[in-house]
Amino acid sequence: MPEIKLPAMSPTMEEGTLAKWLVKEGDAIKAGDVLAEIETDKATMELEADEPGTMGKIMVPAGSEGVKVGTVIAVIFGDGESQAARTPAPSQTTPPAAPPAPKAPPSPHAGEGDSAPAGRGEGAPQSATKRTTVREALRDAMAEEMRTTDEVFVMGEEVAEYQGAYKVTQGLLEEFGPRRVIDTPITEHGFAGIGAGAAMGGLRPVIEFMTFNFALQAIDHIINSAAKTNYMSGGQMRCPIVFRGPNGAAARVGAQHSHNFAPWYASVPGLIVIAPYSAADAKGLLKAAIRCPDPVVFLENELLYGQSFDVPEGDHVVPIGKASVVRAGKHVTLVSYSIGVGVCLAAAETLAAEGIEAEIIDLRTLRPLDTATVLASLKKTNRMVVVEEGFPVCSIASEIITVAMEQGFDDLDAPVLRVTNVDVPMPYAANLEKLALMKPDDVVRAAKKVCYK
Amino acid sequence: MARSAPSKAAAKTATPSNPFPVPNWQRPDEPQRYRASASELLDFYRQMVLIRRFEERAGQLYGMGMIGGFCHLYIGQEAVVVGLQSALKSTDSVITGYRDHGHMLVAGIPANAVMAELTGRAAGISKGKGGSMHMFSVEHGFYGGHGIVGAQVSLGTGLAFGHKYRGDGGLAMAYFGDGASNQGQVYESFNMAELWKLPIIFVIENNQYAMGTSVNRASSEDLLYRRGESFRVPGLQVDGMDVQAVRGAAQVAVDWVRSGKGPMLLELKTYRYRGHSMSDPAKYRSREEVQAMREKSDPIEQVKREIIEGGHADEAALKKIDREVREIVDAAADFAETAPEPDAAELYTDVLVGTY
Repeated sequence: MPEIKLPAMSPTMEEGTLAKWLVKEGDAIKAGDVLAEIETDKATMELEADEPGTMGKIMVPAGSEGVKVGTVIAVIFGDGESQAARTPAPSQTTPPAAPPAPKAPPSPHAGEGDSAPAGRGEGAPQSATKRTTVREALRDAMAEEMRTTDEVFVMGEEVAEYQGAYKVTQGLLEEFGPRRVIDTPITEHGFAGIGAGAAMGGLRPVIEFMTFNFALQAIDHIINSAAKTNYMSGGQMRCPIVFRGPNGAAARVGAQHSHNFAPWYASVPGLIVIAPYSAADAKGLLKAAIRCPDPVVFLENELLYGQSFDVPEGDHVVPIGKASVVRAGKHVTLVSYSIGVGVCLAAAETLAAEGIEAEIIDLRTLRPLDTATVLASLKKTNRMVVVEEGFPVCSIASEIITVAMEQGFDDLDAPVLRVTNVDVPMPYAANLEKLALMKPDDVVRAAKKVCYK
Repeated sequence: MARSAPSKAAAKTATPSNPFPVPNWQRPDEPQRYRASASELLDFYRQMVLIRRFEERAGQLYGMGMIGGFCHLYIGQEAVVVGLQSALKSTDSVITGYRDHGHMLVAGIPANAVMAELTGRAAGISKGKGGSMHMFSVEHGFYGGHGIVGAQVSLGTGLAFGHKYRGDGGLAMAYFGDGASNQGQVYESFNMAELWKLPIIFVIENNQYAMGTSVNRASSEDLLYRRGESFRVPGLQVDGMDVQAVRGAAQVAVDWVRSGKGPMLLELKTYRYRGHSMSDPAKYRSREEVQAMREKSDPIEQVKREIIEGGHADEAALKKIDREVREIVDAAADFAETAPEPDAAELYTDVLVGTY
């Protein structure tokens, strides 16, 4: 086993930081020895030796960031191999300057990546901003609200000692302790009910689902217990709870782990449904959700967690129920939410090069829908495409198109089109998954079609 | 023909004998039958009669078409809620399923507001928007009134979580039926409640039929008080037709839970005289079975006998209570029949608390 390559340590990991080497060149190594600490997008992981040998050469020094998956990071000599005999070998087999291409396929939605602009819904932020990942923004939102009121607590699987399955709750246990940051058993139905009951009793729980796929086990409490209580009680019993976690397709995790449930929850009166794209909106809307007297379903996206955006410093709260115009344009309106906004931004670049200026609306809140912002944009561009990373049938796109028909018919110069995933369960194979997911090219094609170009 | 002999089973008192090896962790003491004072006995009597007469009237209003939908009557089970609630404090929280009218009356919610909810009137406790199965009064520590079988168990565990989180000394009491005791979330709740030592009393009101399915046809372990053992939640079986036995068991559970030892499970063996709901044809049990239960084990007759034989009060005193209760129920029925329906504009209110 001469070469140690940086392994993919999570479904979405494309690169990592080589935080620390725990062995030095020439050290004897036993199988199972920890060689290095690798920081992934989710956690700090230990890289262990599979076989015994001697550490030959460290190819990537400690502290290196952005090391691609598959890069040779060290060379180990097997037992009995002469170090002298092997010394020249590494440079032949692994030129460090040209690491092999990452084995993990790039995420179908990567590309808009770290350069994505912050939402502009509130206009240019006036206060100072800080470059922040969506993951950190969500954590900051929870931490700030927990500092403000003792009624707020966080509960879910691996939220405390593990620091969050996706690292979103990192550091909360240390600051707030186990009374307020609570690891549950794997028991979604039960802890969703406990959270809803605690909210009925006057607390403000933030319930994390490791992903919203698992919330199906708990959906009875989200719908029947949380959403309906205020109405059924004639307004005397509230349920101020936030159910949050990643939603929609991640990467290569197959049908049961790749489902956008936004349309399901958005169809239920009594719920607030939020699905932000940028870190600024993630933070501002999560803070608003925690303060909200109504039950909130807060849909995050795993592929966005690692993306960085400018986030206003201080007590940044974004109002619930307000869409944001993230890019102004006059020829066609692209309506989307969550990861779809990034796809629209990428498509808009291509369209701009062809002389079509797209206006992009980030819905941000899916219930209640800000139809006024959508209709105002339609009035301006007269053409609309709805872009949604999810199934087409009975989707948010279906709803937006209905709104356009019912309330914006006279402003339409072309039928509204929708760009969604393919109407099949998510396949695993890389090529099929890519085919199933909507992508910028699909948006470009649809936008041209409604512009009759 | 019912397969079991529930009349005999229900007549048994608390079952201390346990054929299983006794676990080596601490267990609560065996409960003693409560020795109620004269005034307490009269109070038990009054509350049970109130529930009985209220439910009988609700049944009549249903027959007249004044109450719609589902309506689940509590007749026969009165001793359970009256005995248990008598051991609680006003700061405690109570939650139950859809057979909830009795729980509400004992929680101190005015009969008018409950009956008017049944008839769907604006003056109902839920403004007429909840109905029989969905009634709440945060003011009275009553958190529903839930229509989904078993949901109240994890919600109640959440109420207990809140008491512990705040450190307010309160406890939660979550009532559910023998049918709900087969729901998965009940055991998820047992697990977390014991793991986190939450102050909750789980109450199984075992009226022996989940709709039309007898306990023996639905439960591999039909001694339901043992259902917590895998989670180290201690359980007691109690004669739910004897209000003083119920109160005695409640005392043990309340003391256990309030002292920080975590949850307890009580199985109350009881019996509903009426159908599961008003639309129950009752083909699953015999008329004789129901009649035998009424004659031998009726909770109201038991306490009445004890009052008279013990010299705590005379027939005249009980008749006075009967009259007072009848007046309350008559007034509630009149109110519920004549109070106005909700304004049409109420259709759109209370969906959300905030405006967005």
